[in-house]
This record gives sequence, structure tokens and C-alpha cells, in this order.
Amino acid sequence: MRHDIGIDHDLCIGAGQCALTAPAVFTQDDDGVSALVPGREDGGGSPLVREAARACPVGAITVTPRAG
Amino acid sequence: MTDTAQPVAFPQDRTCPYQPPPGYRPLREARPLARVTLFDGSPAWLVSGHGTARRLLADRRLSTDRTRDGFPVTTARLAGLVRRTTALLGVDDPEHRAQRKLVLPEFTLKRAAALRPRIQEIVDARLDAMIAGGSPAELVSAFALPVPSMVICALLGVPYADHDFFEEQSRRLLRGPDSADVADARDRLEDYLGDLVDRKREHPGHGLLDDLVCQGVDREQTVALAVILLIAGHETTANMISLGTYTLLCHPERLAELRADPSLLPGAVEELMRVLSIADGLLRLATEDIEVDGETIRAGEGVVFAGSVINRDESVYPDPDALDWHRPARHHVSFGFGIHQCLGQNLARAELEIALRALFTRLPGLRLAVPAEEIPFKPGDTIQGMLELPVAW
Repeated sequence: MRHDIGIDHDLCIGAGQCALTAPAVFTQDDDGVSALVPGREDGGGSPLVREAARACPVGAITVTPRAG
Repeated sequence: MTDTAQPVAFPQDRTCPYQPPPGYRPLREARPLARVTLFDGSPAWLVSGHGTARRLLADRRLSTDRTRDGFPVTTARLAGLVRRTTALLGVDDPEHRAQRKLVLPEFTLKRAAALRPRIQEIVDARLDAMIAGGSPAELVSAFALPVPSMVICALLGVPYADHDFFEEQSRRLLRGPDSADVADARDRLEDYLGDLVDRKREHPGHGLLDDLVCQGVDREQTVALAVILLIAGHETTANMISLGTYTLLCHPERLAELRADPSLLPGAVEELMRVLSIADGLLRLATEDIEVDGETIRAGEGVVFAGSVINRDESVYPDPDALDWHRPARHHVSFGFGIHQCLGQNLARAELEIALRALFTRLPGLRLAVPAEEIPFKPGDTIQGMLELPVAW
């Protein structure tokens, strides 16, 4: 399953929970702000993407299944 | 609330250091919200359900600003304390966000990973010293406290040589006999860190405080951040190491399982965080009426989050009192939730993994030196942990 993943950088507090949960998809930039790993912007089919969104303490991550 | 339903007193002392106080049992049966009575008889809401806790901890209508009128106070020791702002955990957005942004680069997953070799060196050196001193030893003073204390000193750029001083002030701040003692401890700590920041302005070194000074962050802000990072950086992790070790030694089958398969350790650290819930009573004040689960929390009412109850919600954690290294424990609220979720959590995980792995690998015969029930632990109105931990090997 491919996803559209959104990260609200105005909400992100840099807890790093997304990158801890799904390190193949999420990372933190040098300022600590959440970012998508280049080439994995669609989640790369990882089943952990939803778990990462749930782990975010401020609900900054949205995950929507990509049609088709 | 009816006359027949007696509100539960909060906080209460644990009778076993890794179990919630027996008196919290009614709170587990009254999820997700209950009414409690604080030490002075004033009422507060107590959040006991896991989902409700996560929703409310992320709700901006709950303030963490301790200087607000009506902010809940949970211990007589702090009654009458002239309330001063505490950086990060005591301020709301947007101030909180600006403060967190200043220090966040030092607390990312990458930084925690980069610090692992240094943490390992510190852990190995403390174990060498403890082992050289011979069995038995007192694990809190020999290992559990010095390890995180040395790590946060290195990270901040605080001289560890001063540890007797700041550990004592930290102890008084968290467990001093009365509010005058608590206030005096904070004054001393602020004076000490203020002098340190002034010296760094003249001669910058290598640490987060030095970076803040070099970035032009003002003295007051730098000292305020230093106070909270220094205290939060060593007290909490020290308590997790001591109480985690005690808990493992009281559960030899779980310990044997962990020794047989070290890959279980990261999961075990999460499970220990869940079960031990050492910060057992996060506090908030409602700034607006909040409708939640059919109840209305009114503006001006205090809200308490009891981690030891929330983290044992059986709808999320089946058989919640059992230690289970295989369960997905990650969504515990032991680091909080919402904008204030623990800044140092990734560092804490690294320290706990390294400290527990090294301790039980180096000392396969580690055991309690006295009967478990004789070992003193902290009262319910502060961060939970062991006061002493006599061990032998």
C-alpha cells in the first residue's frame, strides 16, 4: 500500500517518534524537525507508517492511502 | 459525584515500588476520568483512561503554566511556594515552542545515537569503579545516579566535578522538606548556573549551554533552560535505572529471558517505562471548559494524569500488570504526550539500554544484598525510584 504522507511542520515538536517507529520512511533534519526519507515519500509500502502517525504526540502526521 | 462515591486521595505512596498504590484501584475501575482529592482537600480531575489521556495531553486548552491561579498542587511541601516560571515544562506555546526549538538539535535521534559511544564509556567506567570497590555496593550512588549525571553534564557543558552540589539542590527541589527549602535550592542552582553561563561568555567551551551563549540567547533564558535540563536530565533516568534494576531482580524469569535474548532489550526498556511510570502525576489546569467522554472539565479546574493507571489500561495493554517484553508498549504516556512530550526521551532510551545491558552482562550474579521489602523507595508525591539499592554479586 502506497500512501500520501503529510507532515505539518508548524505542529512538529521534534520528538522523533515517527523516525523511531518507521526509520525507513521518516527522519529528522538537523534542527530536529520531522522529514520524509528521500525516495520514500510514499511510505515505500511500509506497514509502520500508520503506527508512526499514531506515535506522533502532536498529530502532525497525516496518512492517506494513495488511490490506484 | 454522589455522596456515596468517596473521591480517591491523590497522590498516595506506593507499597511496592513498581506497582501503583493499592489505593488507586478504584481509579482503574472508573476509567477514563475520576474525581480525586488533593492533600489540602481541594478537588481535581484524574485521567485514568489511555485514549482520554492522549487526547487531553494534546489539548491546548489545558495549561502547564504553574504560575496560573488554581494550578493544582499535589503536596503540602510545595504549598505556599512563590511560583516561578519553569522553562519548557512550565510554559505554554508560543513561548514553549520557541524554547524547545533552541535546544531541540541536541536531542534528536541522531544526536542520541552519536552519544552512544560516550554513554558506553561512562557506563563502563562507573561499573569498573563499582566492581573495584567490591561486593556489596549501593547502586544508586555508585551507578544509577552518576551515569545520567555525567551524560547530561557532558551534553550541557556543566563540570561534573560540581555534581555533589547540583545533585543535592536537585534532591531538595524535588523532595525538600518544605517550600522554603525548595525555593532556596532553586536559588542556589540558578546562582550556580548563572555564574557558569557568565564564565562561558568569556571562555566558551563545548556544550549546549556554550552553544546557547554563542547564539546570543540571553542569560535569564539560558539559566532557565539549564536548570530544567540539568534536573530532568539526571533525576528521571537515575530513577529508571535504579527502579528498573530492582524490578528486574524481583522478576528473575523475565531477567533470564532478557539475558538469553539481548535483542529484546529495546522493547524491555519501553515495557519498564510503561510499568514503572515514574512521573506518576502530570499536572494541568483547564483554561476553558472541555467536554470529554460525557463529562465537562470546567475552566479553572485542575487535571492530573496518573501514568501508573493510564499505562495499565487493559483495553490497550491486556494483562496490564504483567511484564511482557514482547508486547508493543511504545504508546505508553511515561514521557507524556502532546507538545510537552519529553525532550530527552531518545537520550533516555539510549542511556537505559546501555546501562542495563552493561550492568547485567558484567555482573551475571547481580542480586539484592538485603530482602527486597527492606529497600527504601521514594514517596508518592515526587518522581518514583529507589532511595537506595544495596546489591551484591
